Amino acid sequence: MEWIGVLIVNKKDSRVLLEIKNLYKKYGETTVLDNINLSISKGEVIVILGPSGCGKSTLLRCLNGLEKIQGGDIIFRDKSLVNGDVNWQEVRQQIGMVFQNYELFPHMTVIENIILGPVKVQKRDKKEVMEQARQLLDRVGLLDRENSYPRQLSGGQKQRVAIVRALCMNPEIMLFDEVTAALDPEMVREVLDVMLGLAKQGMTMIVVTHELSFARAVADRIVFIDKGRICEITEPREFFTKPKTERARHFLNRFQY
Amino acid sequence: MQSLGISILFTGVNMQRLFEGLMVTVRIAFISISIGSLLGIVLGVIWTSKSKWLRSVCRLYLEMFRIIPILVWLFVMYFGVTTALNIDLSGETVSIIVFSLWGAAEMGDIVRGALESLPRHQVDSGKAIGLNPWDLYQYILIPQAVKRMLPGAINLATRMVKTTSLVVLIGVIDVTKVGQQIIERFRVEIPTASFWVYGFVFILYFIICYPLSKISRILENRWNG
Amino acid sequence: MNLNWQFIIDSLPLYRQAAWATLKLGFWGILISLVIGLICSIALYLKLKGLKTIVKIYIELSRNTPLLIQLFFLYFGLTKLGITLSENTCAIIGLSFLGGSYMAEAFRSGLEAVSRSQIESGLSIGLSQAQLVRYVIFPQAFSVSMPSVAANCIFLLKETSIVGAIAVVDLMNVTKDLIGMYYQTFESLLMLVAAYLIIILPLSMLLTWLERRVRYAEFGN
Repeated sequence: MEWIGVLIVNKKDSRVLLEIKNLYKKYGETTVLDNINLSISKGEVIVILGPSGCGKSTLLRCLNGLEKIQGGDIIFRDKSLVNGDVNWQEVRQQIGMVFQNYELFPHMTVIENIILGPVKVQKRDKKEVMEQARQLLDRVGLLDRENSYPRQLSGGQKQRVAIVRALCMNPEIMLFDEVTAALDPEMVREVLDVMLGLAKQGMTMIVVTHELSFARAVADRIVFIDKGRICEITEPREFFTKPKTERARHFLNRFQY
Repeated sequence: MQSLGISILFTGVNMQRLFEGLMVTVRIAFISISIGSLLGIVLGVIWTSKSKWLRSVCRLYLEMFRIIPILVWLFVMYFGVTTALNIDLSGETVSIIVFSLWGAAEMGDIVRGALESLPRHQVDSGKAIGLNPWDLYQYILIPQAVKRMLPGAINLATRMVKTTSLVVLIGVIDVTKVGQQIIERFRVEIPTASFWVYGFVFILYFIICYPLSKISRILENRWNG
Repeated sequence: MNLNWQFIIDSLPLYRQAAWATLKLGFWGILISLVIGLICSIALYLKLKGLKTIVKIYIELSRNTPLLIQLFFLYFGLTKLGITLSENTCAIIGLSFLGGSYMAEAFRSGLEAVSRSQIESGLSIGLSQAQLVRYVIFPQAFSVSMPSVAANCIFLLKETSIVGAIAVVDLMNVTKDLIGMYYQTFESLLMLVAAYLIIILPLSMLLTWLERRVRYAEFGN
């Protein structure tokens, strides 16, 4: 069974795909991430919640090598991404990332944006990649826009293309960094639907978001971070009904008005 | 040999003569920049008019200077216009006329850009409190536009100072010409004269232009950054 | 005003030759300026130690002194120190010295227009450094720089009018000679203006078109 070109594995295969151990991240003297421990199994959807500036986005960026870390370890598919020779180019092909501001390449058409990585980095056959790209575009409802430039698309459309661009690399895991935060409220839904579909089909995902009801619907586990620390890791139902920590209760209260 | 060379700058009244030449250069630049700025402000205001025809004329006027090199204009004015009108204009007068007209064109474009970049509602709210067009410019538009155009205007001044170096080519006795006279006079005694004199003139221009372009950049960063 | 058409026709070959000389000097000047500009902008962009300071000093010197004085210094000044350069070489060096700094600024602003997040986005799909430069940084920087580069080309072509002062047989020099020898002032000046119009006008129209195109393609994602 296949959904938008991604092979589906049995959900919650208990094999650990990514493990974060005692991770420390500092900007100068300020500690941004403090002793983070988290392990993600294949097919699992983790949603990271927390107040603005708590370090959630930074954590995602560390996982993709966009930030250097000052301590701890990240193990991806049984290999350390911190100690020893890390070929980030290789790793990033397996860890897809979608950014808040889409970051499509403005000088390329939609289809060129999507096939750049698979063709130039993975050296795959262009014909085959085009086929996959079109299939993916069709699934997100944008097949007719393949020759448009990003400036001709709405925010929601751009973000869906950005998701397809990451998916077309056939990653093992997808990182979503507040992908709906810059969107007009009317367009949030179309992007979340795509992500929900992905989750249902067994993609391993780490999602940073402020959309609480989406988090509740999609997450296998909620990770709540405050001031650079993980305060709790719980099942969504439990997190939203009876959070364990005072901070999380506070956070939820503020959002439920 | 080298110490002999540089001594040319300090022999007799050479230094004093070079500075007198520099004053001619500075005078031409100063007068042209002043006239050019005044005319340019008027031109810039006219340029923002709604009349398409008026705007095209302004545009054409600017393009004339953007397309034909200033040195060509100096030649046209110095050789052509004087002959055509059968009048005798000194090289200095010709330079001031050409630089002022050029400065007005560029300044006009800067002023237009600054005025057009002002938010539309500024004009509306000015009108709403009953200001007439003259008051509108005096109290609302000009004070705000000045901030936006000052960096560009200072930059233009730097370009005009550099361009004054061309006046030597239509016979004005400016700092370069004085330099040439000194080189000529000492060509036997000091063979390296031209190295030192032209080097000195080079530095003089740098000393005038560098602070101007620095100020322009600082203002630009502060106000438009 | 009666123009002496015969004179205009007779002097046409002279002007054609001079226009070629101007264009050739302009071409080499622009080409070398582009190379210098590219090197300087990369040194500034990558913040290469040592080189960066030299580049900054060069840019200030080049931008804050007139071309005419640069040429006099090269042509008359350096000769006296034993470095003899032909008029044409001097003219090309002078133009390149001047143009290099302008091109450097144009390229630098283009490079800086490529945001950090665009680079990260390229990294996230696994592009190598070289691929990043080729597919992401260069194309974007190029289209942002293009209008300034074109404007600089026009600027440099106009500046070639000055090299006549060091005895290069260019349009200005031919005009001056003809005025001096035959007193055909209007005819000579007319040809001079016409020659520059023919050279610069098409370029200036191209520039306007480019500026409009880039504005249309504005990047704001």
